[in-house]
Amino acid sequence: MLRKINVLAAGLIISAFSGFSQELLDGIQIHGNIDIYGQTYNEDSIIGAPVVPEKAGLNAFTNLIATKGAFTAGVRFESYMPPIQGFDNRYGNQKVGIPYRYVNFVKEGLDITVGNFYEQFGTGMILRAYEAPSLGYDNVFDGLRVKYSPFRGVYLKALAGNQRYYWNKSDGIVRAFDGEVQLNELFTKFNESKLRVALGGSFVSKFQSAGISSITLPENVASWASRVQMNYKGFGFTGEYAYKINDPSSDNNFIYRAGQGLFLSGTYSTKGFGINVSAKTIDNMAFRSDREATINDLFINYLPALTRQHTYNLSSTLYPYATQPNGEIGLQADIIYKVKKGTKIGGKYGTTIQVNLSAIQGHDTTRLSNPNELLTQEYLPNDPTRQGYKTSLFSVGDETFYRDYNIEITRKINKSIKLKGSYIHQNYNIDLVQGTATGSNVIADIAVMEGTFKLAKKHSIRAEAQHLWTAQDQGNWAFALLEYGYSPHWIVSLLNQYNYGNSNKALRVNYPTAQVTYIKNANRISIGYGRQRAGIFCVGGVCRNVPAANGLTVAITSSF
Amino acid sequence: MKSVLSVFILATIISTSLIAQESGRKIPAVDVKKLDQTTFNTGDISNDGKPIIINFWATWCSPCKRELNTIAEVYEDWQEETGVKIVAISIDDTRNVPKVEPYVNGQAWEYEVYIDPNSDFKRAMNVNNVPHTFLVDGNGNIVWQHNSYQPGDEDELYELVQKLAAGESID
Repeated sequence: MLRKINVLAAGLIISAFSGFSQELLDGIQIHGNIDIYGQTYNEDSIIGAPVVPEKAGLNAFTNLIATKGAFTAGVRFESYMPPIQGFDNRYGNQKVGIPYRYVNFVKEGLDITVGNFYEQFGTGMILRAYEAPSLGYDNVFDGLRVKYSPFRGVYLKALAGNQRYYWNKSDGIVRAFDGEVQLNELFTKFNESKLRVALGGSFVSKFQSAGISSITLPENVASWASRVQMNYKGFGFTGEYAYKINDPSSDNNFIYRAGQGLFLSGTYSTKGFGINVSAKTIDNMAFRSDREATINDLFINYLPALTRQHTYNLSSTLYPYATQPNGEIGLQADIIYKVKKGTKIGGKYGTTIQVNLSAIQGHDTTRLSNPNELLTQEYLPNDPTRQGYKTSLFSVGDETFYRDYNIEITRKINKSIKLKGSYIHQNYNIDLVQGTATGSNVIADIAVMEGTFKLAKKHSIRAEAQHLWTAQDQGNWAFALLEYGYSPHWIVSLLNQYNYGNSNKALRVNYPTAQVTYIKNANRISIGYGRQRAGIFCVGGVCRNVPAANGLTVAITSSF
Repeated sequence: MKSVLSVFILATIISTSLIAQESGRKIPAVDVKKLDQTTFNTGDISNDGKPIIINFWATWCSPCKRELNTIAEVYEDWQEETGVKIVAISIDDTRNVPKVEPYVNGQAWEYEVYIDPNSDFKRAMNVNNVPHTFLVDGNGNIVWQHNSYQPGDEDELYELVQKLAAGESID
């Protein structure tokens, strides 16, 4: 009897649950993506490859997103067994975990996220949470965000949360608000106007307890920014100004100076021609949710380099510039011109010329005291010596942080051959950016030739030859790459880099690598073997030092 | 009994989610920017019942530019023959956002271009890296996707577009 009741109850539960789950699950869609990267490490002292006791590293990221109607929920599993060399070891504190999970609801202009979320206000000068998995960068918020559009053309956002700190969270809490008004959408009489104008403003405040400290620390640090965006026919203009109240931190050596930033950018483009000129000046704008944080940890804001983001190996990973948040002033011009087909210079298929010029200098500053003495002094709010230094946002100092002048010409010769040539001149303040003490900037000149040859339907070859000349650092480099593609599934590539110009003869080393990639739709598997040169890999504004390595690499990505 | 129940629940979940998969995935609705920096919702991407190609690219991505420049040469023919529309989503962030419009116009692309400066749409579409291409049928369902680019891939893509335009299944 009892048994019968049990079965009956179970039957009822099952039917009730299946009905319930049926209703709950009806129309749920689950999608995701996986990114796995594994590498083995052979000992190779000549290239300076660190000895890895585990002999291998493995990073894996799996995202799952479920949607139903107005609801979206997502999680990310991350695994580090142990982290790939170059990733922060603190990722290894936990082998597998879920650092990212959220639930989102959107209805009638209201958008609420509980849990983790990424966000950007304006150009990001006072707030941007984002991820760059290939660099181990993730300053995602964990908290609550509300977005609301009360009228067409008015966009409001408010958030509060902690930031991710490897497998922990920031001490500090961030509270922030952003509003944007798109005038053409808001006022019907401007709907069709060729002049488009948007105005925006943000406010960001962080709270971190002062704890026990020998100096008086502000527990609440506020910052604000205002921005404008205008467009008229082919012209565009963006401007953003940011201000941050005194925020003594490891970055600025605990001075009580306010921070400021200004970004201006103008563009003009028409069919076959485009130009962008941008200017940026920042002073004391490192903004983090923990005043003790260093390197790439716990940034609330985003200050990308005002330079070209190079793609070729020698121009992108040896001397890449990174913004100096404590102070810099820079200018960049980027021009693209497509010479018409059928003209003498343009050739039968047209030629594209791209020029990029950028220059970054330090500010002209006068130091007000020895910064190392600051911590021993009593806090006096009006004591000018606690300001650290004196400067103006528009001053240009003598110290060259970075120069990059480059030109790239692309020309299609005929239906099967396309050639690209580049010349790049860099002047790189290696002591400032990489923390070395060489006493002089690296002056590097780089030439690149690239050819793509379509041999037959589905068969193609791509070849790259690169050379870097410099009298400083590691001297000259030569690079060659040969890649065979069989569309749409296979890519086989061989490359070698040779540091033949190294002043130390023992370090004139070759770095050969071979790689095979198989692609099927959104699945990609890549296996490589060889030596990897130490370098700095950057995406956007963040860079990761990758030490030299020798071994096997396996990369798998999939989207579903 | 417990195990039977859990197996049953699991089976229900799997079967319902499989049914859901078959009905096709729609383009997620996420706010991105137009080239003039005004807001656009990706839920509004449409092409009057004709196929759509959604391509994720960036100004710093060489294979992406190779792909979109190659297709640009034949895009007019593709449009005439199949009515297909290409929506190019730039994942450039603040560093390169101001360079997107000059590049697009400089190369005289006729694509519909949006900027996804904080990768919100990229995340919603589960894109690992660029270039990544999606094919959307006339009913707004994502029916195919492809990661990376090498010369010749555009031929496979166009064969699929032709099938979709002719109302055939692409499996």
